[in-house]
Amino acid sequence: MRELKILAVVVFFTLVTYWGVEPFAHSIMHPHHEPATFTYDDLKPLNKSGDPKRGAEAIMNNGCTGCHGIKAAGIPAPMDPVTASASYGVNPPDLSTAGALYDEKFLANVIKNPVHAMKLEHKFGDAKPFPMPNFYGSDQDLADIVAYLKSIAPKEVTPKDAFVNACGRCHDMKYDNWYVIGPKPKMDTELEKAQFNLKHAQYQANLKKYLGTNPPDLSMYIRSRGHEYIRDFVEDPQKLLHGTAMPRVGLTEESTMKVIEYMEKVGDRKKEKRNSLGPWVLLYFVIFSILAYLWKKKIWSEVL
Amino acid sequence: MAQFTKANSIYEWLDQRLALTKLWKVLAAEYWIPKNINFLWAMGVVLMTMFTILVISGIFLLMYYKPDTNLAFDSVNYTIMQEVWFGWLWRHMHAVAASVVFLVIYIHMFTGIYYASYKRGREMIWLSGMLLFVTFSAEAFSGYMLPWGQMSYWAAQVITNLFGGIPFIGDELVIWIRGNFYVSDPTLTRFFMLHVFLLPLVIMMIIGLHFYTLRIPHVNNQDGEEIDFDAEAEKYKAGLKKEAKVIPFWPVFLSKDFFVLGVFMIFYFYLVFYHYNFAMDPINFDPANPMKTPPHIYPEWYFLWSYEVLRGFFFDVGPLSAMDIGLMAFGIANVIFFFMPWLDKSDVVAPAHKRGAFFWWFWALLIDMIILTIWGKLPPTGINAWIGFFASVTFLLLLLVILPMITKKEARRAGGAA
Repeated sequence: MRELKILAVVVFFTLVTYWGVEPFAHSIMHPHHEPATFTYDDLKPLNKSGDPKRGAEAIMNNGCTGCHGIKAAGIPAPMDPVTASASYGVNPPDLSTAGALYDEKFLANVIKNPVHAMKLEHKFGDAKPFPMPNFYGSDQDLADIVAYLKSIAPKEVTPKDAFVNACGRCHDMKYDNWYVIGPKPKMDTELEKAQFNLKHAQYQANLKKYLGTNPPDLSMYIRSRGHEYIRDFVEDPQKLLHGTAMPRVGLTEESTMKVIEYMEKVGDRKKEKRNSLGPWVLLYFVIFSILAYLWKKKIWSEVL
Repeated sequence: MAQFTKANSIYEWLDQRLALTKLWKVLAAEYWIPKNINFLWAMGVVLMTMFTILVISGIFLLMYYKPDTNLAFDSVNYTIMQEVWFGWLWRHMHAVAASVVFLVIYIHMFTGIYYASYKRGREMIWLSGMLLFVTFSAEAFSGYMLPWGQMSYWAAQVITNLFGGIPFIGDELVIWIRGNFYVSDPTLTRFFMLHVFLLPLVIMMIIGLHFYTLRIPHVNNQDGEEIDFDAEAEKYKAGLKKEAKVIPFWPVFLSKDFFVLGVFMIFYFYLVFYHYNFAMDPINFDPANPMKTPPHIYPEWYFLWSYEVLRGFFFDVGPLSAMDIGLMAFGIANVIFFFMPWLDKSDVVAPAHKRGAFFWWFWALLIDMIILTIWGKLPPTGINAWIGFFASVTFLLLLLVILPMITKKEARRAGGAA
């Protein structure tokens, strides 16, 4: 009985200390924020229903493909990533999966006024124009383009493709061999390696000019930030890191989860193994403790 | 020369040359421990096990770790955590054990304080134990630098900077410790050397010393009773096991320790598999970046109380700057427990609940140190700064003023009674 009383005291003070330095201290250091809703309430909704056929024409007429590739429609990217980054700062995304990855209200708004939709007014304006111009066509045109993008988008986008399209043109993911200019190929000669590194460095330099800083490699972000933070951050970077150069990218909730799934697969690759091995190790020590207790009782019955 | 006869077994052959039977008796079968103990007396064996886990997991990590600022982060987070077979397990075990070992050290220390096991012949046990605490702290600090994450870097920056406060030689000392003007590659490689060679070696030697110091005064018991160990041992050997006040280390004492150890290991492995963030700070999964200071820099939880004593004095007093007062208080806090046997002026060896005022002093100290620990992590602004200040002052008062005062009274009373 006395032993249990002592144990209760030890456990109590241990838990108080734990509570103080972990949940309590972190709640003070990281003030509470509202969780992401993915409703993009600040943006004007699309009131018109679009026609994909007219949207395809609108895309051509408005010159979207001057910068963006649409592989699904057989339109290749007009430039390679490094050249594109020299012109625009960052390689413009291929639009094949945009209809599936991004929220449709966000899509319409980002076409109409990219700086506003991406919440980058503090970075771009008349003095430093954003590389993608505003769209001055009608709301019907916008609705048509969005309808077109949705019509060509695949039903399922893989977690990796979601990451590559939404994040992978600014962020490396080197633990999965992904770099802002594309996957690192198997290279045999020093020359090939040097050429790859040169291209990567050129792209990074252009990116730095564009954003003012080089976005971090995200390989370990699942461990350093955790699910919840990444989800809320991706939905609205300004909310959690005011003044950041990272644009709001407008992913739907489902696509955000895919991005996080991919980040977890890269940064916490052994999670499944950890979770499946855990119970066995614990079971081993439960049995160990039971046997140890029985042995202790037997031994101490001779001395007590 | 001793007489050697033909041995009938390998054991006998070895016994003739190494006196194994006698050695086993001295170390275990006839090493006597009081019977009147509780599970807190098992913390030594738990600590020994944790240290063993740290050494073994450390050896495995050492085979893949690269002490180079360009390679360290990836060698830990990619090679060890993802590529090496069960590397993730060894790293989690190492990191969690490094944190949990301090919890057990603190329990072990406070047990010693509660039962007054630091005085009246047991001073050397206490001193060697405190030496272990200090070397373990250095070992933990140097190890925390190795993954070369943001917290590794900035903790190293802040802590090495503290040595700059030492008069006259401060600035040169900081450069000498870092091996450069700022924390960089030479800093990493020298702390690597300390972590994997010099400090473990010193720790192992002090562990030996710590065990040795137990030999003459023997382990204390729950009531602080003075036991004639020779007489009680004779009783036990004569078969009066129930009457004897002592038990042999093997198998009686260890049989209980194994059970306590088993329960502790359930707790430990639960943390290793499911609840490790407290020991593996998420911020340290960002690679070290000297250009980017994290918004909150804090040491691991077991250093927080002394860190808060350092930060607690946040205003200048006369000619003394806040920094200097803090550093002095920090210096005192780090060595004060060494003087426990002499700050306690009384000869009474008894559990705190039989020592009157000392009982309240004990809980006040524990609670004050928990407050220091928690506020050591909070941003030191507004009311928090004042709480830290008062808790720091309380800490110094408790040890330097109140403890000698109440124990002097206790000594007078004990003297009067005798």
